[in-house]
Amino acid sequence: MAEVLQQLVNGISLGSIYALIALGYTMVYGVLKLINFAHGDVYMVGAFAGFFAATAFGWGFLPALCFAMLVAALFGLVIERVAYRPLRNAPRIAALITAIGVSLLLENLGILILRPDPRAFPELIRLETYQVGPLIVNNRQLVIIATSVVLMMLLQFIVTRTRMGKAMRAVAEDTEASRLMGINVDRVIAFTFVLGSALAAAAGVLVGIYYTRIDPLMGFMPGLKAFVAAVLGGIGLIPGAMLGGLAIGVAEVLVVAFISSSWKDAVAFAILIMILLLKPTGILGKTAEEKA
Amino acid sequence: MLELQDLHVYYGGIHALKGISLVVEPAEIVTLIGANGAGKSTTLRAISGLVRARSGKILWDGKPIHGLRADDIVARGIVHVPEGRRIFATMTVRENLDLGAYLRRDRRGIEADREMVYHLFPRLKERERQLAGTLSGGEQQMLAIGRGLMAKPRLLLLDEPSMGLAPLLVAEIFRVIQEINKAGTTILLVEQNANQALRIGHRAYVLQSGELVMAGAAQEVAANPEVRRAYLGG
Ligand SMILES: Nc1ncnc2c1ncn2[C@@H]1O[C@H](COP(=O)(O)OP(=O)(O)O)[C@@H](O)[C@H]1O
Ligand SMILES: [Mg+2]
Repeated sequence: MAEVLQQLVNGISLGSIYALIALGYTMVYGVLKLINFAHGDVYMVGAFAGFFAATAFGWGFLPALCFAMLVAALFGLVIERVAYRPLRNAPRIAALITAIGVSLLLENLGILILRPDPRAFPELIRLETYQVGPLIVNNRQLVIIATSVVLMMLLQFIVTRTRMGKAMRAVAEDTEASRLMGINVDRVIAFTFVLGSALAAAAGVLVGIYYTRIDPLMGFMPGLKAFVAAVLGGIGLIPGAMLGGLAIGVAEVLVVAFISSSWKDAVAFAILIMILLLKPTGILGKTAEEKA
Repeated sequence: MLELQDLHVYYGGIHALKGISLVVEPAEIVTLIGANGAGKSTTLRAISGLVRARSGKILWDGKPIHGLRADDIVARGIVHVPEGRRIFATMTVRENLDLGAYLRRDRRGIEADREMVYHLFPRLKERERQLAGTLSGGEQQMLAIGRGLMAKPRLLLLDEPSMGLAPLLVAEIFRVIQEINKAGTTILLVEQNANQALRIGHRAYVLQSGELVMAGAAQEVAANPEVRRAYLGG
């Protein structure tokens, strides 16, 4: 029992990271109905921005985190502007293929410029472990969970309380009707990329702190898993991404602990297949009948 | 106030508007009637910037607006209440009204206009905190019109506001449209329900397969034998 609880703590840490990435997928899908497959690579860019902030500038955790979020936000903005906006009225498959292209471009540029070998992420948080009853918790896990919670609360505030956030929800629900309200849809979409990319960068820095290694291809697998998390929760739904991320993180950690570590990456895809068979609209998504 | 000059609109290969020219003068209710598929909605969509005309002009206070983005057109005082209501179902009535005022910054004025909308449609006030998707069809139409008014339009484009409503509600909607007009808002009203629409309109145009086939005072149009046969049921 204690062992299960222990793994739950580990799973929630990992799951918060997936959730942060999944939010970007789901928000962009909301406003653009596009799966932005380059999103995992923006997360990688964020991790490296945090890495350089810490190594080259010698910055601490919070400044490095903010810097990473800023750099990734800029990447998101440029990717949307250069790669996706020209395809706004093109068939959806064109944008999807472009997204895969942007992903490959970022990964290969990463290999070229950053070198392919993994790097040790600087010790932004010195490791301390605490014994809480039967559980062992370390301060890095607490930082990950706390950072994720704060960022998600901030996001919730933006989406429900600010003018831009309300416009985001309007565009996600009915883009054309939003234009009739006087909403500049292009600007809202750009803002959504900024927001999603910044959250992914935060996840990148947190992963650097947790696993202490980063490399240019690090975005591939977490990107896919976060995508599965977004689908699991209900694509387009912000609470769904949070829930799906946590679920995937916990499931992965439990399977590794109690079944086999060779199943680590398979778990997410098994879940994807199950959700597509049982409830393709996701846990929080409405079924077709409910929508009608 | 508004003038369309020889407007042509295509959807791919479909020639939906074949040279429409019409004018709307300040303080008027202009009614545009026509059968399903005649191009009524397309006309409004071209004015509000949702579709681009291939050729022709749209002049607003004498200045061309046919190249502008939809949000710029709203900012200039033309507001389009679309066919099928298109309210934001997952948001509350109040949030829908606030989105109508998206481009405005004058808090006092917004509040006053919200009160004005609640005065026109008391049922919206009762349902202020309710999700818009839970409203009845009639209430959703009221919300769509109210949301349009929140932008403080000089010209309101209404696309089939009576569609799918019970006769009593239709009467109420048409009464409110007249009230809005009397308060100073110019209205371009598109309807398949030609009977009522011609009764409240000052002038009318008849659209047929993308072409205007008749124009004149609403009463004259309503009295025309061909119009009576085609749109007024005899
Ligand atoms: N999005 C669209 N794509 C292709 N054809 C369309 C589209 N919208 C309307 N049309 C066509 O344009 C013509 C005019 O349609 P519309 O303006 O909606 O007519 P109305 O509002 O008078 O019923 C019709 O032939 C319709 O089939
Ligand atoms: Mg129509």
